[in-house]
Parts: sequence; C-alpha cells; structure tokens
Amino acid sequence: MNGGDDEDVVVVAASSGDQSPPLQWRFSQVFGERSAGEEVQPVDMISAIEFDHSGDHLATGDRGGRVVLFERSDAKHSSGGRRDLEETDYSVRHPEFCYKTEFQSHDPAFDYLKSLEIEEKINKIRWCQTANGALFLLSTNDKTIKYWKVQDKKIKKICDINADPSGAVGNGIVANGVPEALRLPVVVTSHESSPVAKCRRVYPHAHDYHINSISINSDGETFISADDLRINLWNLEISNQSFNIVDVKPEKMEDLSEVITAAEFHPTHCNMLAYSSSKGSIRLIDLRQSALCDSHSKLFEEPDAAGSKSFFTEIIASVSDIKFAKEGRYLLSRDYMTLKLWDINMDSGPVSTFQVHEYLKPKLCDLYENDSIFDKFECCISGNGLRAATGSYSNLFRVFGVSPGSTETATLEASRNPMRRHVPVPSRPSKLGSILAGGSESTAGVDGNSSNALDYTTKLLHLAWHPNENLIACAAGNSLYMYCA
Amino acid sequence: MSMTDEPLYPIAVLIDELKNDDIQLRLNSIRRLSTIARALGEERTRKELIPFLSENNDDDDEVLLAMAEELGVFIPYVGGVEHAHVLLPPLETLSTVEETCVREKAVESLCRVGSQMKESDLVEHFIPLVKRLAAGEWFTARVSACGVFHIAYPSAPDTVKTELRSIYTQLCQDDMPMVRRAAATNLGKFAATIESAHLKTDVMSMFDDLTQDEQDSVRLLAVEGCAALGKLLEPQDCVAHILPVIVNFSQDKSWRVRYMVANQLYELCEAVGPEPTRTELVPAYVRLLRDNEAEVRIAAAGKVTKFCRILNPELAIQHILPCVKELSTDSSQHVRSALASVIMGMAPVLGKDATFEHLLPIFLSLLKDEFPDVRLNIISKLDQVNQVIGIDLLSQSLLPAIVELAEDRHWRVRLAIIEYIPLLASQLGVGFFDDKLGALCMQWLQDKVHSIREAAANNVKRLAEEFGPEWAMQHIVPQVLEMINNPHYLYRMTILRAVSLLAPVMGSEITCSKLLPVVMTAAKDRVPNIKFNVAKVLQSLIPIVDQSVVEKTIRPGLVELSEDPDVDVRFFANQALQSIDNVMMSS
Repeated sequence: MNGGDDEDVVVVAASSGDQSPPLQWRFSQVFGERSAGEEVQPVDMISAIEFDHSGDHLATGDRGGRVVLFERSDAKHSSGGRRDLEETDYSVRHPEFCYKTEFQSHDPAFDYLKSLEIEEKINKIRWCQTANGALFLLSTNDKTIKYWKVQDKKIKKICDINADPSGAVGNGIVANGVPEALRLPVVVTSHESSPVAKCRRVYPHAHDYHINSISINSDGETFISADDLRINLWNLEISNQSFNIVDVKPEKMEDLSEVITAAEFHPTHCNMLAYSSSKGSIRLIDLRQSALCDSHSKLFEEPDAAGSKSFFTEIIASVSDIKFAKEGRYLLSRDYMTLKLWDINMDSGPVSTFQVHEYLKPKLCDLYENDSIFDKFECCISGNGLRAATGSYSNLFRVFGVSPGSTETATLEASRNPMRRHVPVPSRPSKLGSILAGGSESTAGVDGNSSNALDYTTKLLHLAWHPNENLIACAAGNSLYMYCA
Repeated sequence: MSMTDEPLYPIAVLIDELKNDDIQLRLNSIRRLSTIARALGEERTRKELIPFLSENNDDDDEVLLAMAEELGVFIPYVGGVEHAHVLLPPLETLSTVEETCVREKAVESLCRVGSQMKESDLVEHFIPLVKRLAAGEWFTARVSACGVFHIAYPSAPDTVKTELRSIYTQLCQDDMPMVRRAAATNLGKFAATIESAHLKTDVMSMFDDLTQDEQDSVRLLAVEGCAALGKLLEPQDCVAHILPVIVNFSQDKSWRVRYMVANQLYELCEAVGPEPTRTELVPAYVRLLRDNEAEVRIAAAGKVTKFCRILNPELAIQHILPCVKELSTDSSQHVRSALASVIMGMAPVLGKDATFEHLLPIFLSLLKDEFPDVRLNIISKLDQVNQVIGIDLLSQSLLPAIVELAEDRHWRVRLAIIEYIPLLASQLGVGFFDDKLGALCMQWLQDKVHSIREAAANNVKRLAEEFGPEWAMQHIVPQVLEMINNPHYLYRMTILRAVSLLAPVMGSEITCSKLLPVVMTAAKDRVPNIKFNVAKVLQSLIPIVDQSVVEKTIRPGLVELSEDPDVDVRFFANQALQSIDNVMMSS
C-alpha cells in the first residue's frame, strides 16, 4: 500500500448518482508468472478456478489433470499493534494467498469401447463442506468426477517396537528373538505437518458425453454433474449409482438441436437448479415436481430481436456459463458477446445485458473460421452481488456494476499492470487501438499488438470472484493473476 | 486372562503391525485387537492399549472402521462393565471423523457400550460425552451426537434431562442440514425414552421444527419419524398432532416427501385407529395412488396390500379398488410392475367373491401386460390366489393366459412359468395337466435358450416326483427319449441331462430297461461333447442300477469311451471307470 501502487490505480468511468463508488482495481498477486519469451506448456494451462465458501482457499485445475490449492496467508492476526491499527484505519487489508499444495487429480485414460482418449484436463472444481479441519473438493475431467480430501498431516515417527524386522536385537527382544515383554509402539509426532491429498471417492461411468459442470447442493449431501445431453444427481457418499434427472437426448440424434452447456444448483434452495443451453436459454427446474425433470418450471430467454438474424446469431447465443448470485435471486449468464443478469422472478428477459467485446462484432467471420467463436468464457459475480466479471481476448477481462443504475465498467488486463490497456468504452475499436499503442511496454511477445491484430490465442476463459472480498482470480494461460479493490 | 495361553512372539508382531506401513497388516492387527488385549491383560489394556488407540486415530477409513467395530465389543477385555467407560474416549474421537460409515459404526459401538454401563458411570462419563459431541465445532460431531441421546437420557437426573431435551431441540435447528437430518432420523429412538409428559410438548415442538424445515431432505426424514412417534402417543394425541402433519405431507410440493408418505402411511393407520383412518388417511392414500409423479404411485402401489389389510374389506373395495383398477393400466410400467408384485396379496383380504369379481380381471390384464416384469410378478404369486378362489376358477380364467406366457418371447418369463409348473401341476391334478401342460413341458426341452432347456429337464424330474414313476412312464419318458434323435447335439445333450435327473426318480428297473439303452446308443454319437456327457451320465447311474448291469453294460461302454480319440471323452470315461472301482471296493 505504498505510493508506488498508485500508478496502477485508475478511477473507472465514474457515474453520476448515488452508487457505491467505482472500484479501483490493483494488481495483487501472480502465481506461475511467465517470463519473457517462455513458452507455455499446454499441460500447464489453467482450466478451472474456484474459491471455497469461506474464501480462505482457492483451487485451480489445469490441462495436465493437476489441482493446485492456495491458502489465504493474511490470517486475521490483528495483534492490536499500532501498525495494524494504522493499517485498518488507512485501508482495508486485502486477502493474500500462498501456495498450499498440489496433487494429480486425473490422469489420461483410454476408453477401449469407444476408442477414445479421455483427457486428464480438469473441467471444473467445486468445494464441498469442510469437516474436521480437512478440505474437501470435487474435481472432474470429461468423464470422471473425483472427491478429494486434503488434510494437514503431522509427520509421525514410530519407534520402540517389539520385533525388529531386520532381525537385529531390537527393543525388548532378547537374543533368541523372543520379546521379554510386550510393548506398544511409541509414536513421536513432530510439529511439522504437510498437506496430504487423498481421493476418497470416484464417480465413474455415468456420462456418455463430456461433463461440463458439477455443482454441490445446499443440502450438503448431493451434487449434480451435467454433460451435453444429461444431468445426473449423485449422493456424495454413493459412487456407484446416480439418478438421471434431465435428459434432452432426442430419440434420433439427427433431431438434436440443443445441448446443455452449464448447470448449477440454487445456492440455498436445495430443490432448484438452473441449466443453460446452446440456444441461449436458461431453464430453472424444481426437483420437487417430479423425478425426471425434463419439463422446466421456468424458462429464461432473450426475446427475439426482430430482424438482425445472421448465420452467427445462434452460435453466439450459446450460453457458456451460468452463476447464481449469493442469495439466489439473480442469475448471471455469459454468452459469446454479452454478460446477462437475470432475475429468477422475471422470465420475460434479462434485467440487464452487458456488452463484453462489442468491437468483435464485425470480426465474427474470422472468429468462426478459427473456431474462437466456440470459446467458452466463464463469468463470476461478487459476493455482495453488486458487480460481475467475465473474460475476453488478449487476456483482458471486464468488470461491470450490475446493481440497478450502475454504469460502472472496467477493463483489466491479466498482467502486473492491469490498467495499461484501460478501455472505458471499448465499443469503438479505434479508441482501443490508440490506448493499446500508447500503453504497452510489455516484453511478452503476444502483447503490444495493435487492436486489429487482437490475439485470439490469449483468451481469459476462467476467473472467480472471492466470496466476500473484492478480489478476482483469473487465469491467463498458465498464470494465476489476482486483482483486488 | 493374561500372557499364558498364547505365545509372546506372534503377539509382539501383531502389536508392531498396528503401525505397519501396509494397511492390510494394520487392518489385520486391529481385527485381532482382542488377542492383543488378552496378552496385555486387562490393566495394561486400559492403561496402555486404549490410550494408544485414542491417540492414533488418523488412520485409513478401513482401519478406523474396524477399530470402531472392535471397541464396541471390548468391555470384557478392559475388565468388565465397571471399566467400560475407558472405551468412550477412542469411540468419541472416531465418532467425529468425516467418513460417515466410520462415524456410524462408532456411534453404534458407543450405544452398545453405553447400554451396558452402570447408571452412575453413564452420568459421570457418557452424558458429558453426549454434550461434548452436541457442542462440537464440526458438524460431524453433532451428527453423531444425535445418535446417542437415547442411551444417555434414561439414566440422567431430571435437571440434566431438561438440558438434554433442549440440546436436542437445538440440534433440530442446527445450521447444517446434515445435523438436522441426523436429528430427524434419530428422533423416534430418542422420543421412545422420553417421559410421556414431555412427549406432547418438547418432542412435538422438535417434530414441528423438522416438519417445517426448508430442506426437502430433512422433511422427508421427518416423515419417517411420524409413524414411530405416532405409536408412542395416545391415539387421540396422535390424531391431534401427527395426523394433520402427515395429511399435509401427503400434499407436499416435493414428490420425494410424498413418496416417503406413500411408503409410511399404512404404519400410521394402526396408531390413529379406524375412524381417523377412514376419514383422513384413506383419502390421503387415494390421492397418493393417483399422484402425478410415477415414483410416488410406485411407492403407493407397492403398499396397496399392506394398506388394505388394515382396512375392512368394504372400505378397500369402495375406495382402494377403483384406484387399483386405474393403476393396472398406468402409463408407467414400473407402477404396473409394483402393483403386480403385491396385488395377489389382496385376494385373501377381499375374500372369494370380491376377488373373482374385481381382482381377477385385473390379474388377467396384468398377465397380458406388454412388460415382462409385470407378468412375472403376477405369476410368481399365483398360489396366493389359489387359496382364495380355488383351482376351478383359476384354471378356467388364468390358465389360458399362463399357456400364452409359456410361449412368451422373453425367456425369463418362460423360465418363471416353468418354475411354477410343478406347483400348478400339483394343484391342477393329473387329468387337467395332461391336456394342457404336458405338451408345453416337452416343447421347453427343445427351447432355443439353454437356461430354459435346463429348467425344463429339471421340471420333468419334478413332475415325475409329483405324479409318480408309473405316470411318468406313460406320459413323459417315451416323449423325452424320442428326442434323443434330435439332429442338433445341444438338444440331445438336454435329453441326457433329463435322463440323469429322471433315473433316481424312476428307480432301477425302468432305468435299466428304458433309460440305459438310450444312453448306450448315445455313446456312439459322433459329437465328443455328447460322448463325454454319456460318460458322466453313466457315472451317475452306477449307484442306481444293479452291480451286474454295471459290469455287463456300463463298464464295457466306458472302456470303449476310454479309448476314444478325444481327450475329454477319455478323461470322463476314466473318471467314471474309477468310480466303478471305488464302489466295488467299498461294497
């Protein structure tokens, strides 16, 4: 919090009115930062990010099937010292994280029946209820979900045993190998401990298609997993059976026109879940109504815009991610071009729509050609529900104020210098170009290009908002960047 | 009980392996914890082994599960009931681990130990443990707490009883749904130990909390408590407090809750008495039978007989039967299947006339159901109808349907029918059987599916047992033996099988005169599989026929087979020859 940070601070598009003041984002931390010219190994690319419910832990998964855990290191150790008090007076402490542990969650596998490689890439991570100081999480690749327990284990040493396996005369054993008296092993516990990850359960063979989402129920005992055509309901304790609750597979695959793209449980109502489709609709279903939830209880769709249909309309309407806000009334969805906020009590249309990268509109054809148009960007919403964030290309991500009347927007770049590309109104490409040209001083090869060569390979797909602080963690390639405000 | 009966060294190894790196060895040691304890003696077990186990509880689940189980029966090894309390600390830690099955086992063992403890020890050691668990930081401890209240409560002093009840009330309102679920699951057990004065107040308010829980998963466990609670209360209290709740639940928004009600409802009928059953529970049950959700109808249909048994026949005919008729044509095959599996049981409840008038048409339509499981479920309960409507009616109305099923496309259905043929035969009598079913039995011997042929061969044997050798000689044996000329060797093999089954039933004489020649002819078969089966059959015939026949016919046949070019034929022939020698030697 010294003066040096101020260079990075930009007051974002302040709006009139009595809104909470726009946030000033600043770089907080980076893990796995890429040095200049370093090539990123595909296996190191981060493919999932998730904070736990308390915000004390952060997990990332990568294409190599690894899960890395980070732990908050600025534990509330307010000693009451003068410095602490000054600091609290001066500004809020920002969370800081440190590396905790990592483990290999999934390995590449081969489906012999279908002759298909199963990638080890972690598609999603979800945290479960903490118990006895141990952390629990679910991780999934395309096919198999795993339940992990991570616990600090004290290092123990066993001594004073009866029979020495080496045959030497050990404690309490007389020369002929017969112990003179029985004694229990003495276990010496050292003060050092290290986190140990253990796979507690594997939930296999329930999905014919690729799993795109997993979500834990608020009842603490069940979770869902969704693939392109089906959603299954599991009990955390039972790994050999699951119930199919949604099946959109048509009788003939030729009739297939819509696939499931994401699914999430309501944060408090254990009977409600939402899932989104490739046609841009979001369905809310009530598990109480029936065992098979093929009919939805609510359908959220953007009313058809008259005219303006093109070849790409349907492709870019596909929802790539949905997230419930904390209280469960609002639902955030991301499609290719926009971020939408829905009120689950209003199914006539979204409450608000935010353009993420409007300037790409003329380039849809290129994006289609190089398949970028099928990129699945995630979105996240702040704990207080006032702001939402989502990613874009060139490692940019955008933060929007989503409370009524807010016009707050910010564009940040996942780098140590998030604001140098600050684009208040990115709808005009020319302006973007000029700012980029002026601001770039990076040595990384992909940066410093002008806007008309937007880098489609550096896309910021995965990001997560801390549950109760203004802290965003996002993945740029193999690096995990954190920004706070 | 000290170090006398077992040598020291193996025990020492066992003790060391409590901490071995190999989980199998640790598991083995834990499973033999009683051996270790015996070797150490009671005092050292109390002072060293138990504390050692308490401290070393971060092991793998399998080991912890075994430990929790062993400790439940450990009282004799720590010096009897007066020292039982030393077992509580390790079980307390085990009942807080995060793995559910370990926790449940630990709670079970806690209950087992606690139920043997002296009252004063319970007050001194067990009740504080219950309170500690209930106040646990993590939900795991609080979940376990719910399962031990019923042990602690009866011996607690009055003030403590009040405290325990209020702690349980808090558990019913815990933040964690897991804890509330555990509280709901264990409420019935706990309530059974509470004085009736408090039942209506404290327990009912806990029950109310749970029944209004926002989580489906909690509410549906509360339903399970309804019946248990209802049985504890006086009928009028049950009507006043439980009945409205269950009627409400039967219309709950969540199908899972209604499903639980459908499963439990009949149990409550007894608790509330006949009049409220008629006015409240029957309408509720009828609603469930007509529920929108197939799963609920499945549960309700599966209980239809149990429910009707409680009602008087008029009520059942008036209210339940119309629904049963609807369910028999339900759009969900699983509903029909559930109905088919229990509907036969309604026959004794309704009596002969009503069965004939109302149930028989339903049986018939279910017997013709397109879904094999439905048909199967009906067939497998036919005997229950028999007892009520008698064989005449049954044969007239059901037999055509059964004959039809005997030729069903699905072999499992045919199999089920075959298994009922001996039963039917005994009930129908010889005359009827000959006309209708005899031909079918022969037909099955040539079924395309092996399991059916196998069952058919067995069926032939059971029929021979039922009607006697004489009848079999006339009606079965000739037809069976004729089939040995079937061009396909698999069918010839079935006949060999039938012969070997029939022989013991038919007796020595018929075996020698009729069966043996056929087998001997088959020994010349061109297919080796037939030939070595002949060897096997001949072996099985040895004890049945006379010694002279063995020497004259069987042995030469086997000797010939033992020189067969095929190795398997030689093997079985030699085996059979050997068994002849064995019989000779022993006789």
